[in-house]
Amino acid sequence: MENKKTFRRIYVWQLAVRIFHWLNVLALILLILTGFLIANPPALLIKAEASDIYMMGTARFIHFLAAYLFFFVMILRLYWAIIGNRFARWTAFMPFNKKVWENIKHVLKIDILLMNEKVHDPQHISVGHNSIATISYLVMFFLALIQVCTGFGMYAATSEWWLPNLFSWVVPMLGGDFATRQIHHIVMWFFIFFSMVHIYLVFYHDWLEGRGEASSMISGYKFVGSGRIKVKKKSSNKKTEE
Amino acid sequence: MATTKEKKETYYESIIKNGYNRRDFMKFSTYIAAYMGLETSMVAQVAKKLETTPRMPVIWEHYQECTCCSESFIRSNHPIVADIILDKISLDYTQTLMAASGHQAEAAKHETMEKYKGEYILCVEGSIPMGDDGNYCCIAGKSALESLKEAAAGAKAIIAWGSCASNGCVQAAHPNPTEATPIHKIIKDKPIIRVPGCPPIGEVMAGVIVHVVTFGVLPELDRLGRPKAFYSKRVHDTCYRRPYFDAGLYAQSFDDANAKEGYCLYKLGCKGPSTYNSCGTIKWNNGVSFPIQSGHGCIGCSEENFWDNGPFYERATNVPGFGIEGTADDIGKVAAGVLAGGIAIHAIAANISKKKELAKRVSEATKNEENLKY
Repeated sequence: MENKKTFRRIYVWQLAVRIFHWLNVLALILLILTGFLIANPPALLIKAEASDIYMMGTARFIHFLAAYLFFFVMILRLYWAIIGNRFARWTAFMPFNKKVWENIKHVLKIDILLMNEKVHDPQHISVGHNSIATISYLVMFFLALIQVCTGFGMYAATSEWWLPNLFSWVVPMLGGDFATRQIHHIVMWFFIFFSMVHIYLVFYHDWLEGRGEASSMISGYKFVGSGRIKVKKKSSNKKTEE
Repeated sequence: MATTKEKKETYYESIIKNGYNRRDFMKFSTYIAAYMGLETSMVAQVAKKLETTPRMPVIWEHYQECTCCSESFIRSNHPIVADIILDKISLDYTQTLMAASGHQAEAAKHETMEKYKGEYILCVEGSIPMGDDGNYCCIAGKSALESLKEAAAGAKAIIAWGSCASNGCVQAAHPNPTEATPIHKIIKDKPIIRVPGCPPIGEVMAGVIVHVVTFGVLPELDRLGRPKAFYSKRVHDTCYRRPYFDAGLYAQSFDDANAKEGYCLYKLGCKGPSTYNSCGTIKWNNGVSFPIQSGHGCIGCSEENFWDNGPFYERATNVPGFGIEGTADDIGKVAAGVLAGGIAIHAIAANISKKKELAKRVSEATKNEENLKY
């Protein structure tokens, strides 16, 4: 009975994935905060010469800096989707196979509608992302792409560098800065909604499954029942099947 | 352009005939070259071309519009601008300014269209109503659409003057009852220069024409078909109040002390940051002022759909489908609140529903704590 409960440590999130995650957190916090400041700045109620302060300028500078960070991190993550481990690779995010649909059904029943299983089957618990999470990350990736395109699109007009100017087609395509800004602002809210749900679900899984969900993005390790690990003759190979 | 038998007057000849002297002419050349963004060395080329080029035949059509573009044009800064362009480009047909009327006017137009087929410039002011067979705008018994297609067929190039012709402007604002349509969505086989603005600046209009005369080609256009020389910068980027924007010094109402200090009008809904035009550099009425200098924010009149892009006096992001008051932030705040509530309910429900499982795990862990050996 006891040995069934034994957990084994398993390396899930590679260093690059963790760095990507936390840089993204940093970039998103900076982008959202400065974004709100840019959209609706507080009026400074001081008598000052414009030459003495640079509030909006600084906010915008941080916004652009964080945007570059966000963009480069996104590119690195795409590269890592090719060479990363099974939980980081692009194949983990493809929603079109039977196993994924089974998992979606399971997550819907157990984690969203909060039903209870009669017999707990650990096979149903994903080691990496669960299938609904991978779909949400796919959606967020496309929203991030929209933010990158609209953001750099608006930025391009004031930049000499070729990189932002790669996006100079965006504003004309959308019909002007008005529409572009509008989209940029509305999509930003989805990042806030996503973050709220994402953080809640980390707590949820950590509390209910007890597998080190929250710490895994710091250490990289999660815990799985020892039954899920194949035992080879000499060295125990950390291979698991979802 | 010398296909006609009779010798045509050049711009220079007609200017001199009009009582200007050479000095005035050179001043005009210098000044218009500067607006076009040309180097000083190009002034001579502008002058030479105006001296030697015969006047360009122009047909100026008015459809659904208010004629503010023509008004802007005839009141432009330098007297020669209005003279040279309006009197001298041989406006063969323009309903507002031509002496002829009725059948004579139409006859003049058709004569130009035939005589200068493939040579004349078609200037269009106004949008084309496409709804109800185009009956909302008829001239000389023809719908605007028919008339435009007829005039465009033999045109060398089309200049879409003003926001109506380039974007549809107020007629195309929601719900657009006449289905007002800008020119570039109708005519696809001719080069079209879009010169948006409600109205566009007179000097911009003159600059475009002089460019065509001087270089024989259309000015360099951006992706939206606007001349780059005048529409490559945002009003915001050339605004003299920009330092206040960067500093974070904003007027909060039109009558507060900050407004009096001349602080940035960003929070009062100034659309300068998303509007491409030359108001900040060329200005209006002989370079006297422009809206922001006069204490009023830019309303973004040279941008597409500017009537429907949120309120003029607020920096709000309207969300389509949520009514006039539905700004992105209001909706976002409500949605975030609802989401937070949902998360709280889910968290409580999870603890209740999974009570047994949790209790087992907690008691086991508590037992482990009691039995801890070292």
